[in-house]
Amino acid sequence: MTRPKLRIATTSLAGCFGCHMSFLDIDEHLFELVELVEFDRSPLTDIKHCGPCDIGLIEGGVCNAENVHVLREFRNNCKTLIAVGACAINGGLPAQRNHLELGACLREVYEFRDGLSGGQVPNDPELPLLLDKVHPIHEVVRVDYFIPGCPPSGPTIWKFLSDLIAGRTPRLTHSLMHFD
Amino acid sequence: MPGIERCVSEIVTRHGADPSQLLQILIQVQDVIGYLPADCLSLIAEALDLPRARVEGVAGFYSFLHSRPVGRYRILFSDNITDRMLGAPALMQALCSKLWVEPGKLSEDGLVSITTTSCTGMCDQGPAALINGRPVTRLDHRRINEIAELVRQQVPVSAWPAAFFNVEDNIRRRDALLASTAAPGDALRAAIRVGREGWLTEMERSRLRGRGGAGFTTAVKWKACRDADGADKVIVCNADEGEPGTFKDRVLLASHADLVFEGMTLAAWATGAQKGFMYLRGEYRYLLEHLQAVLERRRAAGLLGAGIRGQAGFDFDIDIHLGAGAYVCGEETALLESLEGKRGTPRIRPPFPVTHGYLGRPTVVNNVETLAKTTLVALEGGEAFAATGTAQSTGTKLLSVSGDCAYPGIYEYPFGVSIERVLEDCGASDAQAVQAGGASGVLIAGYEFHRRVAFEDVPTAGAFMVFDSGRDAFEIARNFVDFFAHESCGFCTPCRVGTSLLKGYMDKLASGHGAKPDLADIEWVTRLLKNASHCGLGSSAPNPVIDTLVKFRPTFERRLESLHFEPAFDLDAALATARRITGRDDAAAHLDRKKETQR
Amino acid sequence: MTRRFMFDGQPVAFEDGQTIMEAARAAGHFIPYLCWHPDFPPHGSCKLCIVKVGGRHVSSCALPAKEGMEVESNTPEINAERRALLQMLFVEGNHFCPSCEKSGNCQLQALAYELEMTSARFNHIFPDRPVDASHPDMLLEFNRCIFCELCVRASRDVDKKSVFSLTNRGIHKHLVVSAESGRLGDTDFSRDDLAANICPVGVILRKRVGFAVPIGQRIYDEKPISQVSMEAEK
Repeated sequence: MTRPKLRIATTSLAGCFGCHMSFLDIDEHLFELVELVEFDRSPLTDIKHCGPCDIGLIEGGVCNAENVHVLREFRNNCKTLIAVGACAINGGLPAQRNHLELGACLREVYEFRDGLSGGQVPNDPELPLLLDKVHPIHEVVRVDYFIPGCPPSGPTIWKFLSDLIAGRTPRLTHSLMHFD
Repeated sequence: MPGIERCVSEIVTRHGADPSQLLQILIQVQDVIGYLPADCLSLIAEALDLPRARVEGVAGFYSFLHSRPVGRYRILFSDNITDRMLGAPALMQALCSKLWVEPGKLSEDGLVSITTTSCTGMCDQGPAALINGRPVTRLDHRRINEIAELVRQQVPVSAWPAAFFNVEDNIRRRDALLASTAAPGDALRAAIRVGREGWLTEMERSRLRGRGGAGFTTAVKWKACRDADGADKVIVCNADEGEPGTFKDRVLLASHADLVFEGMTLAAWATGAQKGFMYLRGEYRYLLEHLQAVLERRRAAGLLGAGIRGQAGFDFDIDIHLGAGAYVCGEETALLESLEGKRGTPRIRPPFPVTHGYLGRPTVVNNVETLAKTTLVALEGGEAFAATGTAQSTGTKLLSVSGDCAYPGIYEYPFGVSIERVLEDCGASDAQAVQAGGASGVLIAGYEFHRRVAFEDVPTAGAFMVFDSGRDAFEIARNFVDFFAHESCGFCTPCRVGTSLLKGYMDKLASGHGAKPDLADIEWVTRLLKNASHCGLGSSAPNPVIDTLVKFRPTFERRLESLHFEPAFDLDAALATARRITGRDDAAAHLDRKKETQR
Repeated sequence: MTRRFMFDGQPVAFEDGQTIMEAARAAGHFIPYLCWHPDFPPHGSCKLCIVKVGGRHVSSCALPAKEGMEVESNTPEINAERRALLQMLFVEGNHFCPSCEKSGNCQLQALAYELEMTSARFNHIFPDRPVDASHPDMLLEFNRCIFCELCVRASRDVDKKSVFSLTNRGIHKHLVVSAESGRLGDTDFSRDDLAANICPVGVILRKRVGFAVPIGQRIYDEKPISQVSMEAEK
């Protein structure tokens, strides 16, 4: 009896897509993976909105309003939601702005920087507004699992996913556990 | 600044340039200068030959020491739940707006600063405040108006109406101790008559247990100290009555100080100690002069000093040390650290103070009430003392009754008195709960009012706060959580971070962002606090939350916004800065949780 | 006759005055710790070394071993509590490992690996304590401090300089240096002090030695801390 394929969605919020690149580093396991799963919203498919899924993989932290919408869409549709990488887990590099006041930060970048005379902070309604702090995703929605690393290595991602797909609670052994 | 230099040098000299006097020196220097500027800390460090960082470490530990200027009028509103129930927050707000100052900030002219402080021990006559260290009781809007006027006209606090500073004893029920008519020295005479060994035997027979909360048998402590190596033993009276809702020691110190000092002297007789300290909480500093006078009188009467009551070799005297706003110093090893002029961080035990206490010397640390009770043992004999009370809790207990009752004040009962009886006596007709033992104690619900005050049932250090049916148990617990987060010394991980996390969860629920899983998180954090904390402060910090979650759970549940998940912060508010900077206010410039339903 | 106690069901011999931690280590059992150090008296602040003795939690670094004790250490219950203590340390500081020179050599991080802590679980506090780069050789990144006081103790008791101290209290507690300016450059601190080389995390760092050993090849990248720590015992 063949099991129905699991549906997976992936996205990057305030991240660098490094975790997605690492995902591709599972190399030949990709062939095994496509036997077991199919992709919903993901940079791999270019599907724009997430439908009902079994697993959602989130890279990056939450830095703006759009991140919040996307994250909620994933949470609403994915039975299992996974934070992938340092930024999703603790805010990561983008969160290093958290000790700065957002207004001062924006003005520094758009108004006061050398060579930017008369500049102003962009206010196009198309652009998502920034939150005053960058948050890990578990501070905005409920998260089921976390895959640490910056990025997590291909083998780490593969071990985690293969455990999950097989119905085992995923565990990372020492060589697969990294925060850097 | 030569002025500062002279002031520091004088004060340090007065204390014999003894580093163990550091806290006392800091308090006195601040008295003169108003706060403790950085250069002043350097001068003190130099004068005491201490590393500067250590001086800064100590100065930063105590709430009543300031590294930045505070107002010439420094007004601290007592923030116990009983003060809050009597309207303290609104009164503080009113005073702030009258004097044009924000809570916690210094007014621009440097005239006044207004903020809150932990319970000042005036719960029976609140709402209360400390103004330049002096307690002002029974605040109401009229008094607040008068205070605002006095501050505006810059009338010195010493010239304010005496009625403001009136502190009543409010003794409502007297039993063996409070009805005692013994004259100073009577108990000592009795104890000297039976000899040091005989006196300790009487104490053993009395089975007197510590009234500070833990209930350790006093005679065992004294004996262990007497038998410990080292001839230079020390008796410490713990008068750091910081437990919110407790004020019995205040009354003993104000009106029965002789009994307390006599108790310390009796402890010295039993252990052979020659040195005694009273560690008086900063909030009770207004009693210092009176206590010094009592000591002076006792010295003159031959009840302190060399050859007490003519007994050769019975030499004992007492110094009073001030605390400076740190609840944790009520923990006996933290108190000893503070007495040595250090940060009030509890020590690792063992070794215990009876063998390694003040400066490593064998030390007895007893509560004010415990020491006063030893005079009864001396006068009546151990067996007679043990005849009152219950099997495991002999004698009487002073209760500090406050909250929703007609007659708040001090009630002395034999141990074993039921909660019901106390409620009846204090005129609490509509009680739904009683917090016995203060913030770290037990919350007793209505169905438990038959329970009895005794170590074997409801132990209490003396607080008895009554809450009527109009009160919200969640807000009571939240007040205590705030208290512990403020008072954690920060030494160990679970208490330093756990009390702060707990405060975060309670604030989250209070602001309407609660979700069901938060309750599980709260329970998990309380468990860590209980199991892993370094001292009693941390392990008892979660008590109010644990009790309230068990006995008044619906007060938590009705605050839940979601059964699944809710962020701890307001997402839409988190966009406010960006909206302001960009001038946007379109639909996409807001985040509405309700529109995006969550599973 | 040798005296023994039971450690996770196995007999462990001990000598008078030995703590549970010392005896367990001598017998080859690893107990997690951060503030404990073999050359210093027990401190007992991190609480990572909690064990259960007769149903009560105690700090194994501080409690003297006693004949017949039954000690539980490597159990799911205790390890879950230790993991939560680590999570508390992670959220109260700013532990962004990818940018930290100590990554891979950091004991906090290594214990998180050891105890399989994949997230910080609680809400981050995001402290804002300014970096001190005033010293010619050393850098202080206060946001990573776990308050183990090893630098305080080393500087006071071994280096005899008392360069460091903790001030304030509760969640506001923080490390200060012994200078009126508050700057490390104005103290007599030296890169050769024990205090300069004892920080278990990334607070006290040497300048100009960044990333000499690549990430991925550092102490705890190669071996788990339980192994590294016990090799030092031999």
